[in-house]
Amino acid sequence: MDRLELPFNALGMDPWGVSRGHLKLFYGLLEPLYRQYFRVKSLGVSNVPPRGRAMLVGNHSGGIAMDGAMVIASMFFDQEPPRLVQGMAEKFMNALPFAAPLSWRVGQFTGLPEHALQLLQDERLLMVFPEGARGTAKLYKERYSLVDFGTGFMRLALQTRTPIIPFGFLGGGAAIPTVANLYKVGKLLGLPYLPVTPWVLPVPLPVEMEVHYGTPLHFEGTGDEDDSVIQRYVEQVKAAVAGLIEGARTERHARKHPGEQAR
Amino acid sequence: MRVLIPGVAGGLARQVAARLLRLGHEVIGIDPRRFWDVPDGLELYPVDVRKRAAEDVFRKRRPDAVVHMATVTSLQVQGDERDRINLGGTRAVFDHCRTYGVKQVVFVGRHTFYGAAPDAALYHTEEEPPLALASFPALADLVAADLYAATSLWRDPSMRTSVLRMVYTLGPALHGTLGAFLRGRVVPIVLGYDPLFQFLHEQDAVSAIVLALEKQLRGLYNVAGLQPLPLSLIIRESGRTALPLPEFLLERVLGHGGLPGLPPGALSHLKFPIVVDGRRFREETGFAPTRDEVQTLHDIQLPR
Repeated sequence: MDRLELPFNALGMDPWGVSRGHLKLFYGLLEPLYRQYFRVKSLGVSNVPPRGRAMLVGNHSGGIAMDGAMVIASMFFDQEPPRLVQGMAEKFMNALPFAAPLSWRVGQFTGLPEHALQLLQDERLLMVFPEGARGTAKLYKERYSLVDFGTGFMRLALQTRTPIIPFGFLGGGAAIPTVANLYKVGKLLGLPYLPVTPWVLPVPLPVEMEVHYGTPLHFEGTGDEDDSVIQRYVEQVKAAVAGLIEGARTERHARKHPGEQAR
Repeated sequence: MRVLIPGVAGGLARQVAARLLRLGHEVIGIDPRRFWDVPDGLELYPVDVRKRAAEDVFRKRRPDAVVHMATVTSLQVQGDERDRINLGGTRAVFDHCRTYGVKQVVFVGRHTFYGAAPDAALYHTEEEPPLALASFPALADLVAADLYAATSLWRDPSMRTSVLRMVYTLGPALHGTLGAFLRGRVVPIVLGYDPLFQFLHEQDAVSAIVLALEKQLRGLYNVAGLQPLPLSLIIRESGRTALPLPEFLLERVLGHGGLPGLPPGALSHLKFPIVVDGRRFREETGFAPTRDEVQTLHDIQLPR
Protein backbone atom coordinates (compact mmCIF):
# COMPACT_ATOMS: atom_id res chain seq x y z
CA MET A 1 0.00 0.00 0.00
CA ASP A 2 2.76 2.45 0.95
CA ARG A 3 4.39 2.11 -2.46
CA LEU A 4 1.23 3.26 -4.21
CA GLU A 5 2.23 6.65 -5.64
CA LEU A 6 -0.85 8.74 -4.93
CA PRO A 7 -0.92 12.21 -3.35
CA PHE A 8 -2.70 11.28 -0.11
CA ASN A 9 -3.15 14.01 2.50
CA ALA A 10 -2.78 13.61 6.26
CA LEU A 11 -6.21 11.94 6.40
CA GLY A 12 -5.28 9.46 3.67
CA MET A 13 -7.43 11.09 0.98
CA ASP A 14 -6.25 12.09 -2.49
CA PRO A 15 -7.65 15.17 -4.31
CA TRP A 16 -10.23 12.97 -6.02
CA GLY A 17 -11.64 11.49 -2.83
CA VAL A 18 -9.77 8.20 -3.19
CA SER A 19 -9.12 6.86 0.28
CA ARG A 20 -6.10 4.89 1.41
CA GLY A 21 -8.18 3.04 4.00
CA HIS A 22 -10.79 2.00 1.48
CA LEU A 23 -8.15 0.95 -1.04
CA LYS A 24 -6.50 -1.24 1.57
CA LEU A 25 -9.80 -3.00 2.24
CA PHE A 26 -10.57 -3.24 -1.46
CA TYR A 27 -7.24 -4.82 -2.38
CA GLY A 28 -7.63 -7.08 0.66
CA LEU A 29 -10.90 -8.36 -0.82
CA LEU A 30 -9.45 -8.65 -4.32
CA GLU A 31 -6.36 -10.60 -3.29
CA PRO A 32 -8.02 -13.99 -2.58
CA LEU A 33 -10.13 -13.63 -5.73
CA TYR A 34 -7.09 -12.73 -7.79
CA ARG A 35 -4.66 -15.27 -6.37
CA GLN A 36 -6.78 -18.21 -5.24
CA TYR A 37 -10.28 -18.13 -6.68
CA PHE A 38 -9.60 -17.09 -10.28
CA ARG A 39 -5.82 -17.77 -10.16
CA VAL A 40 -5.32 -14.89 -12.57
CA LYS A 41 -2.25 -14.98 -14.81
CA SER A 42 -1.01 -11.52 -15.74
CA LEU A 43 1.31 -11.50 -18.72
CA GLY A 44 3.18 -8.59 -20.24
CA VAL A 45 2.78 -6.41 -17.15
CA SER A 46 6.08 -4.68 -17.98
CA ASN A 47 4.34 -3.13 -21.02
CA VAL A 48 2.48 -0.84 -18.63
CA PRO A 49 4.56 2.25 -17.74
CA PRO A 50 5.39 2.37 -14.02
CA ARG A 51 4.25 6.01 -13.77
CA GLY A 52 2.74 8.75 -15.89
CA ARG A 53 -0.48 8.85 -17.85
CA ALA A 54 -1.52 5.73 -19.71
CA MET A 55 -4.68 4.03 -20.89
CA LEU A 56 -5.37 0.32 -20.57
CA VAL A 57 -7.82 -0.61 -23.32
CA GLY A 58 -9.28 -4.08 -23.49
CA ASN A 59 -12.20 -6.40 -24.00
CA HIS A 60 -15.05 -7.10 -21.65
CA SER A 61 -15.30 -10.67 -20.49
CA GLY A 62 -18.16 -11.87 -18.33
CA GLY A 63 -21.55 -10.51 -17.35
CA ILE A 64 -20.39 -8.60 -14.29
CA ALA A 65 -17.29 -6.45 -14.05
CA MET A 66 -14.90 -9.15 -12.73
CA ASP A 67 -12.59 -8.37 -15.65
CA GLY A 68 -12.13 -4.79 -14.47
CA ALA A 69 -11.59 -5.88 -10.87
CA MET A 70 -8.92 -8.38 -11.92
CA VAL A 71 -7.10 -5.82 -14.08
CA ILE A 72 -7.11 -3.49 -11.07
CA ALA A 73 -5.73 -6.35 -8.95
CA SER A 74 -3.05 -7.27 -11.48
CA MET A 75 -1.69 -3.71 -11.57
CA PHE A 76 -1.55 -3.67 -7.79
CA PHE A 77 -0.17 -7.13 -7.06
CA ASP A 78 2.04 -7.69 -10.11
CA GLN A 79 3.16 -4.22 -11.23
CA GLU A 80 6.30 -2.61 -9.81
CA PRO A 81 5.64 -0.17 -8.16
CA PRO A 82 1.94 -1.00 -7.74
CA ARG A 83 -0.43 1.34 -9.57
CA LEU A 84 -4.02 2.30 -9.02
CA VAL A 85 -6.05 1.52 -12.11
CA GLN A 86 -8.99 3.87 -12.48
CA GLY A 87 -11.91 2.47 -14.40
CA MET A 88 -14.60 4.48 -16.07
CA ALA A 89 -17.80 3.09 -14.55
CA GLU A 90 -21.17 3.06 -16.24
CA LYS A 91 -23.23 6.12 -15.40
CA PHE A 92 -25.86 4.15 -13.50
CA MET A 93 -23.20 3.28 -10.87
CA ASN A 94 -22.97 6.78 -9.47
CA ALA A 95 -26.66 6.94 -8.61
CA LEU A 96 -26.63 3.65 -6.68
CA PRO A 97 -26.61 4.13 -2.92
CA PHE A 98 -23.70 2.43 -1.09
CA ALA A 99 -22.04 1.34 -4.35
CA ALA A 100 -21.52 4.91 -5.56
CA PRO A 101 -19.49 6.25 -2.60
CA LEU A 102 -17.58 2.98 -2.23
CA SER A 103 -16.54 2.74 -5.86
CA TRP A 104 -15.57 6.40 -5.69
CA ARG A 105 -13.29 5.86 -2.65
CA VAL A 106 -11.37 3.18 -4.54
CA GLY A 107 -10.87 5.37 -7.59
CA GLN A 108 -13.60 4.04 -9.86
CA PHE A 109 -15.44 7.08 -11.20
CA THR A 110 -18.29 7.67 -13.61
CA GLY A 111 -17.20 7.27 -17.19
CA LEU A 112 -17.40 10.90 -18.24
CA PRO A 113 -14.99 12.39 -20.77
CA GLU A 114 -14.24 15.18 -18.26
CA HIS A 115 -13.10 12.63 -15.67
CA ALA A 116 -10.95 10.76 -18.17
CA LEU A 117 -9.33 13.96 -19.36
CA GLN A 118 -8.60 15.28 -15.87
CA LEU A 119 -7.29 11.94 -14.62
CA LEU A 120 -4.91 11.67 -17.57
CA GLN A 121 -3.75 15.25 -16.99
CA ASP A 122 -3.12 14.12 -13.40
CA GLU A 123 -0.83 11.35 -14.81
CA ARG A 124 -3.14 8.53 -13.70
CA LEU A 125 -3.60 5.06 -15.16
CA LEU A 126 -6.99 4.76 -16.83
CA MET A 127 -8.81 1.55 -17.73
CA VAL A 128 -11.21 1.70 -20.65
CA PHE A 129 -13.53 -0.95 -22.00
CA PRO A 130 -14.58 0.61 -25.30
CA GLU A 131 -17.24 -2.05 -25.77
CA GLY A 132 -19.16 -0.51 -22.89
CA ALA A 133 -22.16 -2.28 -21.36
CA ARG A 134 -22.72 -4.04 -24.71
CA GLY A 135 -19.43 -5.80 -23.98
CA THR A 136 -20.44 -7.22 -20.60
CA ALA A 137 -23.77 -8.27 -22.12
CA LYS A 138 -21.98 -10.76 -24.43
CA LEU A 139 -23.41 -14.26 -24.10
CA TYR A 140 -21.27 -17.34 -23.38
CA LYS A 141 -21.06 -18.35 -27.02
CA GLU A 142 -19.86 -14.84 -27.93
CA ARG A 143 -17.19 -14.74 -25.25
CA TYR A 144 -14.17 -14.41 -27.54
CA SER A 145 -15.77 -11.93 -29.90
CA LEU A 146 -15.57 -8.15 -29.70
CA VAL A 147 -18.51 -5.84 -30.21
CA ASP A 148 -18.02 -2.36 -31.69
CA PHE A 149 -15.54 -0.13 -29.92
CA GLY A 150 -16.56 3.38 -28.91
CA THR A 151 -14.23 6.06 -30.23
CA GLY A 152 -14.16 8.57 -27.38
CA PHE A 153 -11.08 7.02 -25.79
CA MET A 154 -9.04 7.55 -28.97
CA ARG A 155 -9.82 11.27 -29.17
CA LEU A 156 -8.83 11.61 -25.52
CA ALA A 157 -5.61 9.66 -26.04
CA LEU A 158 -4.67 11.89 -28.98
CA GLN A 159 -5.61 15.07 -27.15
CA THR A 160 -3.54 14.16 -24.10
CA ARG A 161 -0.77 12.24 -25.95
CA THR A 162 -1.46 9.19 -23.85
CA PRO A 163 -0.01 5.79 -24.75
CA ILE A 164 -2.58 3.02 -25.13
CA ILE A 165 -1.75 -0.37 -23.69
CA PRO A 166 -4.07 -2.95 -25.26
CA PHE A 167 -5.03 -5.92 -23.15
CA GLY A 168 -6.89 -9.14 -23.79
CA PHE A 169 -8.90 -10.66 -20.97
CA LEU A 170 -9.85 -14.34 -20.96
CA GLY A 171 -11.92 -16.42 -18.59
CA GLY A 172 -14.67 -14.02 -17.57
CA GLY A 173 -17.08 -15.54 -20.07
CA ALA A 174 -16.47 -19.02 -18.69
CA ALA A 175 -16.68 -17.87 -15.07
CA ILE A 176 -20.04 -16.22 -15.63
CA PRO A 177 -21.50 -17.98 -18.67
CA THR A 178 -24.41 -15.71 -19.53
CA VAL A 179 -27.26 -17.52 -21.26
CA ALA A 180 -29.58 -14.52 -21.31
CA ASN A 181 -29.80 -10.95 -20.12
CA LEU A 182 -32.92 -9.64 -18.43
CA TYR A 183 -33.22 -6.03 -19.45
CA LYS A 184 -36.57 -5.25 -17.84
CA VAL A 185 -35.68 -6.77 -14.46
CA GLY A 186 -32.37 -4.92 -14.58
CA LYS A 187 -34.14 -1.65 -15.17
CA LEU A 188 -36.23 -2.20 -12.06
CA LEU A 189 -33.01 -2.64 -10.06
CA GLY A 190 -31.41 0.44 -11.59
CA LEU A 191 -29.00 -1.67 -13.68
CA PRO A 192 -28.62 -1.79 -17.47
CA TYR A 193 -29.58 -5.51 -17.41
CA LEU A 194 -29.38 -8.59 -15.18
CA PRO A 195 -27.28 -11.46 -16.56
CA VAL A 196 -28.69 -14.99 -16.12
CA THR A 197 -26.41 -18.01 -15.85
CA PRO A 198 -27.36 -21.72 -16.01
CA TRP A 199 -27.54 -21.52 -12.18
CA VAL A 200 -29.62 -18.34 -12.51
CA LEU A 201 -27.59 -15.98 -10.32
CA PRO A 202 -24.55 -14.21 -11.82
CA VAL A 203 -22.14 -15.78 -9.31
CA PRO A 204 -18.81 -16.51 -11.00
CA LEU A 205 -17.27 -20.01 -11.09
CA PRO A 206 -13.67 -20.43 -9.96
CA VAL A 207 -12.37 -20.44 -13.52
CA GLU A 208 -8.77 -19.51 -14.29
CA MET A 209 -8.49 -16.08 -15.83
CA GLU A 210 -5.75 -14.51 -17.90
CA VAL A 211 -4.91 -10.93 -18.73
CA HIS A 212 -2.41 -10.24 -21.48
CA TYR A 213 -0.96 -6.76 -21.80
CA GLY A 214 0.38 -5.84 -25.23
CA THR A 215 3.06 -3.37 -26.26
CA PRO A 216 2.02 0.29 -25.94
CA LEU A 217 0.48 1.93 -29.00
CA HIS A 218 1.27 5.57 -29.67
CA PHE A 219 -0.93 7.63 -31.97
CA GLU A 220 -0.05 11.10 -33.22
CA GLY A 221 -2.73 13.77 -33.56
CA THR A 222 -4.81 16.39 -31.80
CA GLY A 223 -8.07 14.54 -31.18
CA ASP A 224 -9.89 16.78 -33.68
CA GLU A 225 -9.38 14.42 -36.63
CA ASP A 226 -12.16 13.21 -38.90
CA ASP A 227 -14.26 10.30 -37.73
CA SER A 228 -12.75 8.13 -40.46
CA VAL A 229 -9.23 8.73 -39.17
CA ILE A 230 -10.27 8.08 -35.57
CA GLN A 231 -12.13 4.95 -36.64
CA ARG A 232 -8.99 3.66 -38.38
CA TYR A 233 -6.92 4.16 -35.21
CA VAL A 234 -9.62 2.52 -33.09
CA GLU A 235 -9.61 -0.48 -35.45
CA GLN A 236 -5.87 -0.80 -34.86
CA VAL A 237 -6.45 -0.96 -31.12
CA LYS A 238 -9.30 -3.42 -31.60
CA ALA A 239 -7.08 -5.58 -33.80
CA ALA A 240 -4.37 -5.48 -31.14
CA VAL A 241 -6.87 -6.60 -28.46
CA ALA A 242 -8.24 -9.33 -30.76
CA GLY A 243 -4.67 -10.44 -31.48
CA LEU A 244 -3.89 -10.72 -27.76
CA ILE A 245 -7.03 -12.80 -27.20
CA GLU A 246 -6.25 -15.07 -30.15
CA GLY A 247 -2.63 -15.46 -29.12
CA ALA A 248 -3.68 -16.36 -25.60
CA ARG A 249 -6.22 -18.92 -26.85
CA THR A 250 -3.67 -20.57 -29.12
CA GLU A 251 -1.18 -20.71 -26.28
CA ARG A 252 -3.75 -22.11 -23.91
CA HIS A 253 -4.86 -24.70 -26.42
CA ALA A 254 -1.26 -25.77 -27.04
CA ARG A 255 -0.75 -26.07 -23.30
CA LYS A 256 -3.83 -28.24 -22.83
CA HIS A 257 -3.49 -30.29 -26.01
CA PRO A 258 0.21 -30.54 -26.82
CA GLY A 259 0.92 -31.48 -30.44
CA GLU A 260 -2.53 -30.42 -31.73
CA GLN A 261 -3.39 -27.35 -33.84
CA ALA A 262 -5.64 -24.74 -32.28
CA ARG A 263 -9.16 -24.64 -33.68
CA MET B 1 -9.00 52.53 -1.46
CA ARG B 2 -12.58 53.25 -0.44
CA VAL B 3 -14.49 49.95 -0.37
CA LEU B 4 -18.23 49.56 0.08
CA ILE B 5 -19.60 46.26 1.33
CA PRO B 6 -23.32 45.64 0.91
CA GLY B 7 -24.35 42.84 3.28
CA VAL B 8 -21.63 43.71 5.80
CA ALA B 9 -23.53 42.14 8.72
CA GLY B 10 -22.87 38.64 7.40
CA GLY B 11 -20.39 36.44 9.24
CA LEU B 12 -17.80 36.45 6.49
CA ALA B 13 -18.49 40.03 5.37
CA ARG B 14 -17.69 41.40 8.84
CA GLN B 15 -14.32 39.70 8.68
CA VAL B 16 -13.65 41.06 5.21
CA ALA B 17 -14.44 44.55 6.52
CA ALA B 18 -12.15 44.09 9.50
CA ARG B 19 -9.31 42.81 7.32
CA LEU B 20 -9.63 45.68 4.83
CA LEU B 21 -9.65 48.18 7.69
CA ARG B 22 -6.51 46.59 9.11
CA LEU B 23 -4.89 46.89 5.69
CA GLY B 24 -5.55 50.63 5.83
CA HIS B 25 -8.52 50.86 3.47
CA GLU B 26 -11.55 52.99 4.10
CA VAL B 27 -14.55 50.67 4.54
CA ILE B 28 -18.24 51.53 4.26
CA GLY B 29 -20.87 48.95 5.14
CA ILE B 30 -24.53 48.73 4.16
CA ASP B 31 -26.86 46.32 5.93
CA PRO B 32 -30.28 46.72 7.56
CA ARG B 33 -29.59 43.77 9.89
CA ARG B 34 -28.54 44.62 13.42
CA PHE B 35 -25.27 43.14 14.56
CA TRP B 36 -22.84 43.54 17.37
CA ASP B 37 -19.04 43.46 17.14
CA VAL B 38 -19.03 46.15 14.44
CA PRO B 39 -15.38 46.38 13.35
CA ASP B 40 -13.67 49.53 14.63
CA GLY B 41 -13.54 52.19 11.96
CA LEU B 42 -16.37 50.77 9.85
CA GLU B 43 -18.67 53.44 8.48
CA LEU B 44 -22.01 51.66 8.80
CA TYR B 45 -25.30 52.54 7.13
CA PRO B 46 -28.20 50.43 8.41
CA VAL B 47 -30.18 50.61 5.16
CA ASP B 48 -31.54 48.15 2.62
CA VAL B 49 -29.45 48.05 -0.52
CA ARG B 50 -32.60 48.20 -2.64
CA LYS B 51 -33.78 51.45 -1.02
CA ARG B 52 -33.13 55.05 -1.92
CA ALA B 53 -30.98 55.58 1.17
CA ALA B 54 -28.48 53.01 -0.13
CA GLU B 55 -28.15 54.85 -3.41
CA ASP B 56 -27.43 57.98 -1.41
CA VAL B 57 -24.47 56.23 0.16
CA PHE B 58 -23.10 55.45 -3.30
CA ARG B 59 -23.68 59.01 -4.46
CA LYS B 60 -22.26 60.75 -1.44
CA ARG B 61 -19.38 58.43 -0.63
CA ARG B 62 -18.33 57.44 -4.20
CA PRO B 63 -16.57 54.15 -3.39
CA ASP B 64 -13.70 52.96 -5.59
CA ALA B 65 -14.62 49.34 -5.16
CA VAL B 66 -17.64 47.31 -4.04
CA VAL B 67 -17.59 43.84 -2.50
CA HIS B 68 -21.14 42.61 -2.95
CA MET B 69 -21.97 40.21 -0.14
CA ALA B 70 -25.69 40.95 0.24
CA THR B 71 -27.01 37.63 -1.00
CA VAL B 72 -28.71 35.11 1.25
CA THR B 73 -29.32 31.38 1.10
CA SER B 74 -32.59 29.57 1.55
CA LEU B 75 -31.41 28.69 5.06
CA GLN B 76 -31.55 32.35 6.06
CA VAL B 77 -34.55 33.76 4.21
CA GLN B 78 -37.49 31.92 2.69
CA GLY B 79 -39.81 32.63 -0.19
CA ASP B 80 -40.17 35.66 -2.41
CA GLU B 81 -38.22 37.89 -0.08
CA ARG B 82 -35.05 35.89 -0.77
CA ASP B 83 -35.67 36.30 -4.45
CA ARG B 84 -36.01 40.05 -4.03
CA ILE B 85 -32.85 40.33 -1.94
CA ASN B 86 -30.71 38.18 -4.19
CA LEU B 87 -31.82 39.40 -7.57
CA GLY B 88 -33.31 42.80 -6.83
CA GLY B 89 -30.42 43.60 -4.53
CA THR B 90 -27.76 42.47 -6.97
CA ARG B 91 -29.34 44.48 -9.73
CA ALA B 92 -29.46 47.58 -7.51
CA VAL B 93 -25.81 47.19 -6.53
CA PHE B 94 -24.63 46.90 -10.14
CA ASP B 95 -26.87 49.79 -11.25
CA HIS B 96 -25.42 52.06 -8.58
CA CYS B 97 -21.90 50.94 -9.34
CA ARG B 98 -22.37 51.93 -12.96
CA THR B 99 -24.10 55.21 -12.16
CA TYR B 100 -21.56 56.34 -9.58
CA GLY B 101 -18.39 55.30 -11.35
CA VAL B 102 -17.27 52.38 -9.21
CA LYS B 103 -14.12 50.98 -10.82
CA GLN B 104 -14.21 47.49 -9.40
CA VAL B 105 -16.90 45.07 -8.19
CA VAL B 106 -16.35 41.73 -6.52
CA PHE B 107 -19.48 39.59 -6.43
CA VAL B 108 -19.07 36.99 -3.71
CA GLY B 109 -21.04 34.00 -4.93
CA ARG B 110 -21.17 30.35 -4.06
CA HIS B 111 -19.83 27.15 -5.59
CA THR B 112 -23.28 25.59 -5.19
CA PHE B 113 -23.97 27.51 -8.42
CA TYR B 114 -22.97 24.33 -10.29
CA GLY B 115 -25.52 22.10 -8.54
CA ALA B 116 -25.20 18.45 -7.55
CA ALA B 117 -26.16 15.62 -9.86
CA PRO B 118 -25.15 11.96 -10.15
CA ASP B 119 -23.98 12.36 -13.72
CA ALA B 120 -21.89 15.50 -13.18
CA ALA B 121 -18.12 15.50 -13.50
CA LEU B 122 -16.20 16.12 -10.28
CA TYR B 123 -14.11 19.22 -10.87
CA HIS B 124 -16.32 21.99 -12.25
CA THR B 125 -14.60 24.68 -14.26
CA GLU B 126 -15.83 28.25 -14.62
CA GLU B 127 -17.12 27.58 -18.15
CA GLU B 128 -19.77 25.13 -17.00
CA PRO B 129 -23.47 25.98 -16.74
CA PRO B 130 -25.48 25.31 -13.56
CA LEU B 131 -26.93 21.79 -13.27
CA ALA B 132 -29.93 20.12 -11.72
CA LEU B 133 -31.70 23.38 -10.90
CA ALA B 134 -35.08 21.69 -11.19
CA SER B 135 -34.29 19.46 -8.22
CA PHE B 136 -33.28 22.37 -5.97
CA PRO B 137 -35.56 25.32 -6.84
CA ALA B 138 -34.53 27.27 -3.74
CA LEU B 139 -31.11 27.75 -5.36
CA ALA B 140 -32.45 29.36 -8.51
CA ASP B 141 -32.30 32.97 -7.34
CA LEU B 142 -28.66 32.64 -6.26
CA VAL B 143 -27.78 31.10 -9.60
CA ALA B 144 -29.63 33.92 -11.34
CA ALA B 145 -27.81 36.53 -9.22
CA ASP B 146 -24.46 34.96 -10.15
CA LEU B 147 -25.32 34.96 -13.85
CA TYR B 148 -26.68 38.50 -13.63
CA ALA B 149 -23.49 39.71 -11.96
CA ALA B 150 -21.51 38.07 -14.76
CA THR B 151 -23.42 40.03 -17.41
CA SER B 152 -21.71 43.12 -16.05
CA LEU B 153 -18.54 41.82 -17.72
CA TRP B 154 -19.94 42.65 -21.16
CA ARG B 155 -22.44 45.35 -20.20
CA ASP B 156 -19.88 47.49 -18.42
CA PRO B 157 -16.50 46.46 -19.80
CA SER B 158 -14.82 49.48 -18.21
CA MET B 159 -15.80 48.28 -14.73
CA ARG B 160 -13.66 45.41 -13.48
CA THR B 161 -16.14 42.77 -12.32
CA SER B 162 -15.13 39.51 -10.74
CA VAL B 163 -17.58 36.79 -9.80
CA LEU B 164 -16.16 34.53 -7.10
CA ARG B 165 -17.77 31.14 -6.69
CA MET B 166 -16.52 30.32 -3.24
CA VAL B 167 -16.65 26.94 -1.59
CA TYR B 168 -18.18 26.60 1.88
CA THR B 169 -16.34 28.49 4.58
CA LEU B 170 -15.70 27.12 8.04
CA GLY B 171 -14.49 28.83 11.15
CA PRO B 172 -14.94 28.63 14.92
CA ALA B 173 -18.19 30.66 14.81
CA LEU B 174 -19.72 28.20 12.29
CA HIS B 175 -21.18 30.88 10.04
CA GLY B 176 -22.37 29.85 6.62
CA THR B 177 -24.22 26.91 5.15
CA LEU B 178 -21.84 24.08 6.02
CA GLY B 179 -21.08 25.63 9.41
CA ALA B 180 -24.78 25.76 10.27
CA PHE B 181 -25.16 22.15 9.18
CA LEU B 182 -22.32 21.11 11.48
CA ARG B 183 -23.51 23.05 14.50
CA GLY B 184 -24.78 20.08 16.48
CA ARG B 185 -22.88 17.14 17.89
CA VAL B 186 -24.91 14.73 15.76
CA VAL B 187 -24.98 15.45 12.05
CA PRO B 188 -27.49 13.65 9.82
CA ILE B 189 -26.34 12.22 6.49
CA VAL B 190 -28.16 10.30 3.76
CA LEU B 191 -27.72 6.56 4.21
CA GLY B 192 -25.79 5.07 1.32
CA TYR B 193 -24.21 8.35 0.19
CA ASP B 194 -21.07 10.20 1.21
CA PRO B 195 -20.35 13.08 -1.16
CA LEU B 196 -17.14 15.06 -1.25
CA PHE B 197 -17.36 18.53 0.27
CA GLN B 198 -15.03 21.43 -0.35
CA PHE B 199 -14.39 24.11 2.21
CA LEU B 200 -12.01 26.88 3.12
CA HIS B 201 -11.09 28.29 6.49
CA GLU B 202 -12.94 31.59 6.81
CA GLN B 203 -9.68 33.50 7.27
CA ASP B 204 -8.48 32.10 3.95
CA ALA B 205 -11.82 32.98 2.36
CA VAL B 206 -11.31 36.55 3.57
CA SER B 207 -7.81 36.53 2.06
CA ALA B 208 -9.23 35.33 -1.26
CA ILE B 209 -11.75 38.17 -1.41
CA VAL B 210 -9.08 40.73 -0.51
CA LEU B 211 -6.80 39.24 -3.18
CA ALA B 212 -9.55 39.57 -5.79
CA LEU B 213 -9.66 43.28 -4.92
CA GLU B 214 -5.91 43.79 -4.82
CA LYS B 215 -5.25 41.92 -8.06
CA GLN B 216 -8.13 43.76 -9.76
CA LEU B 217 -9.54 40.53 -11.14
CA ARG B 218 -11.95 40.52 -14.02
CA GLY B 219 -13.94 37.39 -14.87
CA LEU B 220 -15.37 34.25 -13.28
CA TYR B 221 -13.39 32.43 -10.64
CA ASN B 222 -13.91 29.34 -8.55
CA VAL B 223 -12.29 29.79 -5.15
CA ALA B 224 -11.35 26.55 -3.45
CA GLY B 225 -8.99 25.17 -0.88
CA LEU B 226 -6.59 22.30 -1.31
CA GLN B 227 -8.80 19.27 -1.71
CA PRO B 228 -12.31 18.02 -0.97
CA LEU B 229 -13.16 15.50 1.75
CA PRO B 230 -16.08 13.09 2.20
CA LEU B 231 -18.81 14.48 4.44
CA SER B 232 -18.50 11.56 6.86
CA LEU B 233 -14.82 12.31 7.35
CA ILE B 234 -15.52 16.01 7.90
CA ILE B 235 -18.03 15.07 10.60
CA ARG B 236 -15.67 12.60 12.26
CA GLU B 237 -12.55 14.77 12.11
CA SER B 238 -14.41 17.70 13.64
CA GLY B 239 -15.39 15.58 16.63
CA ARG B 240 -19.01 14.99 15.64
CA THR B 241 -21.07 11.90 15.02
CA ALA B 242 -22.69 11.11 11.69
CA LEU B 243 -26.25 9.83 11.82
CA PRO B 244 -27.00 8.01 8.55
CA LEU B 245 -30.72 7.94 7.84
CA PRO B 246 -32.65 6.73 4.81
CA GLU B 247 -33.61 9.61 2.59
CA PHE B 248 -37.37 9.43 3.23
CA LEU B 249 -36.80 9.48 6.99
CA LEU B 250 -34.18 12.20 6.85
CA GLU B 251 -36.59 14.49 5.01
CA ARG B 252 -39.02 14.19 7.92
CA VAL B 253 -36.62 14.64 10.84
CA LEU B 254 -34.51 17.52 9.50
CA GLY B 255 -35.15 20.66 11.49
CA HIS B 256 -36.50 18.70 14.48
CA GLY B 257 -34.93 17.53 17.73
CA GLY B 258 -31.81 19.66 17.36
CA LEU B 259 -31.04 18.47 13.83
CA PRO B 260 -30.28 21.16 11.26
CA GLY B 261 -33.02 22.16 8.82
CA LEU B 262 -32.57 22.15 5.07
CA PRO B 263 -34.63 23.64 2.24
CA PRO B 264 -36.45 21.29 -0.16
CA GLY B 265 -34.11 19.83 -2.73
CA ALA B 266 -31.02 20.34 -0.60
CA LEU B 267 -30.76 16.61 0.02
CA SER B 268 -29.18 16.28 -3.42
CA HIS B 269 -26.24 18.21 -1.94
CA LEU B 270 -25.93 15.50 0.71
CA LYS B 271 -25.94 12.77 -1.93
CA PHE B 272 -23.74 14.08 -4.72
CA PRO B 273 -20.61 16.23 -4.63
CA ILE B 274 -20.14 19.81 -5.75
CA VAL B 275 -16.42 20.20 -6.26
CA VAL B 276 -14.83 23.03 -8.18
CA ASP B 277 -11.52 23.48 -9.91
CA GLY B 278 -9.91 26.50 -8.27
CA ARG B 279 -6.78 26.57 -10.40
CA ARG B 280 -7.59 29.71 -12.38
CA PHE B 281 -7.96 31.80 -9.23
CA ARG B 282 -4.82 30.35 -7.66
CA GLU B 283 -2.77 30.94 -10.79
CA GLU B 284 -3.91 34.53 -11.30
CA THR B 285 -3.70 35.67 -7.70
CA GLY B 286 -1.13 33.37 -6.12
CA PHE B 287 -3.75 32.43 -3.55
CA ALA B 288 -2.48 29.78 -1.14
CA PRO B 289 -4.65 28.83 1.83
CA THR B 290 -2.77 29.12 5.10
CA ARG B 291 -4.77 26.33 6.72
CA ASP B 292 -5.29 22.94 5.13
CA GLU B 293 -8.42 20.82 5.49
CA VAL B 294 -7.20 19.10 8.62
CA GLN B 295 -6.30 22.33 10.43
CA THR B 296 -9.61 23.88 9.42
CA LEU B 297 -11.54 20.94 10.84
CA HIS B 298 -9.52 21.10 14.06
CA ASP B 299 -10.56 24.73 14.32
CA ILE B 300 -14.24 23.75 14.50
CA GLN B 301 -13.68 20.68 16.64
CA LEU B 302 -16.09 20.02 19.47
CA PRO B 303 -14.62 18.94 22.80
CA ARG B 304 -14.76 15.15 22.91
